[in-house]
Amino acid sequence: MQYGVDERGYYGQFGGAYIPEMLFPNVEELRVNYLDIIESDDFKDEFQHLLRNYVGRPTPLYFASRLSEKYKTKIYLKREDLCHTGAHKVNNTIGQILLAQRLGKSKIIAETGAGQHGVATATVCALMGMECVVYMGEIDMARQRPNVERMKILGATVKPAISGSKTLKDATNEAMRHWINNPDDTHYIIGSVVGPHPYPDMVARFQSVISEEIQNQLQEVEGRNAPDHVIACVGGGSNAAGAFYHFLEDKGVNLIAAEAAGLGISSGKSAATTALGKPGVLHGSKTILMQTEDGQVVEPYSISAGLDYPGIGPIHAHLFDDGRAEFFGISDEEAMLAGVELSKLEGIIPAIETSHALAVFGKRTFGSDEVIVVNLSGRGDKDLETYIKWGKY
Amino acid sequence: MQTLMKNRINQLFEDKKDVLNIYFTAGYPSLGDTVKVASALEKAGADMLEIGMPFSDPIADGPTIQDSSQIALESGMTLELLFEQLEELRAHVSIPVLLMGYVNPVMQFGIERFCESCEQVGVDGVIVPDLPMQEYLETYQSLFDKHGIRNTFLISPNTSEDRIRQIDDCTNGFIYVVSSSSITGAKKGVQEGQLAYYQRIKEMNLKNPQLIGFGISDHQTYRTACDYTNGAIIGSAFIKQLSKDASEEGIENFVKGIKEKSS
Repeated sequence: MQYGVDERGYYGQFGGAYIPEMLFPNVEELRVNYLDIIESDDFKDEFQHLLRNYVGRPTPLYFASRLSEKYKTKIYLKREDLCHTGAHKVNNTIGQILLAQRLGKSKIIAETGAGQHGVATATVCALMGMECVVYMGEIDMARQRPNVERMKILGATVKPAISGSKTLKDATNEAMRHWINNPDDTHYIIGSVVGPHPYPDMVARFQSVISEEIQNQLQEVEGRNAPDHVIACVGGGSNAAGAFYHFLEDKGVNLIAAEAAGLGISSGKSAATTALGKPGVLHGSKTILMQTEDGQVVEPYSISAGLDYPGIGPIHAHLFDDGRAEFFGISDEEAMLAGVELSKLEGIIPAIETSHALAVFGKRTFGSDEVIVVNLSGRGDKDLETYIKWGKY
Repeated sequence: MQTLMKNRINQLFEDKKDVLNIYFTAGYPSLGDTVKVASALEKAGADMLEIGMPFSDPIADGPTIQDSSQIALESGMTLELLFEQLEELRAHVSIPVLLMGYVNPVMQFGIERFCESCEQVGVDGVIVPDLPMQEYLETYQSLFDKHGIRNTFLISPNTSEDRIRQIDDCTNGFIYVVSSSSITGAKKGVQEGQLAYYQRIKEMNLKNPQLIGFGISDHQTYRTACDYTNGAIIGSAFIKQLSKDASEEGIENFVKGIKEKSS
């Protein structure tokens, strides 16, 4: 596997486990056990059962005929927006809570930016009757109030991260500090393919159900099990990792990642990590990171809270570094226009994160007989206020 | 060039017990205070100094040290500037000095350049909590050794005996014994379980000396640490002192208050 994780926990030069010794026993416990657990029959049965009956999988692979007509190519949408809780995030939280139970943990913590991962975590904690604490930046709590209330309705405690920039990266710092302070009974459900090894690989495996289904579904409708292109948005990159997973080693499949360029890549208000970052260490792994000359982490910006992260999963850093994936920086405006376009052409209002992936059609042409799968990672209900404020529809 | 002089950290542990190591953040409370605070601490009776290299995302630190780091960064502290300030360190300070910080700024500065700079200004050791042992052994150790820099590893109550032995094997300065499962400045006082943990470490007869840190804030917690190991490290409590009173007199009274039993 050229693009999978190696035995040292690295993807090329990226990855590893850069953690304080206080976290070592917990992360080591996971590293030693995760593969045995998730490959056991008992785990697989329960995971599959919940994905089918609770999440609503398999999600449809929908041929978007009007969008295809507009861009003169064949576009399929992988409908992760139809998952319970409204996005792909729940695939991972189900996997991790089943793992936490098998490790004998009784409490769950998580970080969240826009609140989607927080809601998905609070949801599975309610399902399993486990105590749940979600850290969320104080600023994000104000921006995403409905999700804060959703988490509370689900029985979770939402704790504001009041350090640093008071957004996602600080919520992640606080969750890690909480884990240091409570190492014995607590499992930390990281929401993306970030963090120390084995998190990036573990989360990618839980999300890999997306590309597994794409293979089966394409086989049925197109008579082939791989598309020519897969397009996904990347913040930390969990939906992209899941959509790329089974195509990583198949060079016949072009992988396309859409990053948030915010107000423009060189505007100073951007989250386009591969365009602006360089190798560094944050939240336990070596990756590409937006930072100052002095190695201080730079606060990113995007209209989409889910892409507002200064790093990128180490798997994506490797795909970028190696030239295996194409990366596009999509501005706020381009994403919003693409979101409205999908709404009007297909009757699907996408999450603004997902709209970044859709905006790739305005950046690059595709052959008329090419098959493209866009991972429609989430629905736009949570973003209504942003759409309304933007107003151009 | 390797100095012929013995590393000050090794010398200190040969000469002294009940070592008091005090942490403060570079450039705090004011940007230009680094060497001034270091010198005042030595005068006041500290045995070793740990100077924090501020980082935007210090995950092992509690709010007190985070806040001081943020203030220092906002004032303009960088690793580049810190080494400039430390050029006059050895004109004022003779006790061992460590730099403590996170791996990313060190990586961006350049590992080799960092080690060279440490040697040049007279820094004796470093503590980088998020630098994993494996990475250290593969990439960092030879450079640290070349420049005579001692690397310090942390252990916590959950660190296995095997791993403590491994850590003891790959360092030659001292071992930083984290007093409880916590971030800096989090827990107060000494709990029953902690004493059993200290005793366990003591009975391991490690080749490296040990200092207990995290949650050491007064004479009593300092003395307890000294009963089991070679001494203690104080961080957050001293940062709080600096935030109230960073004068030479304030620093002197703080150190005295730790070392001597109040009457």
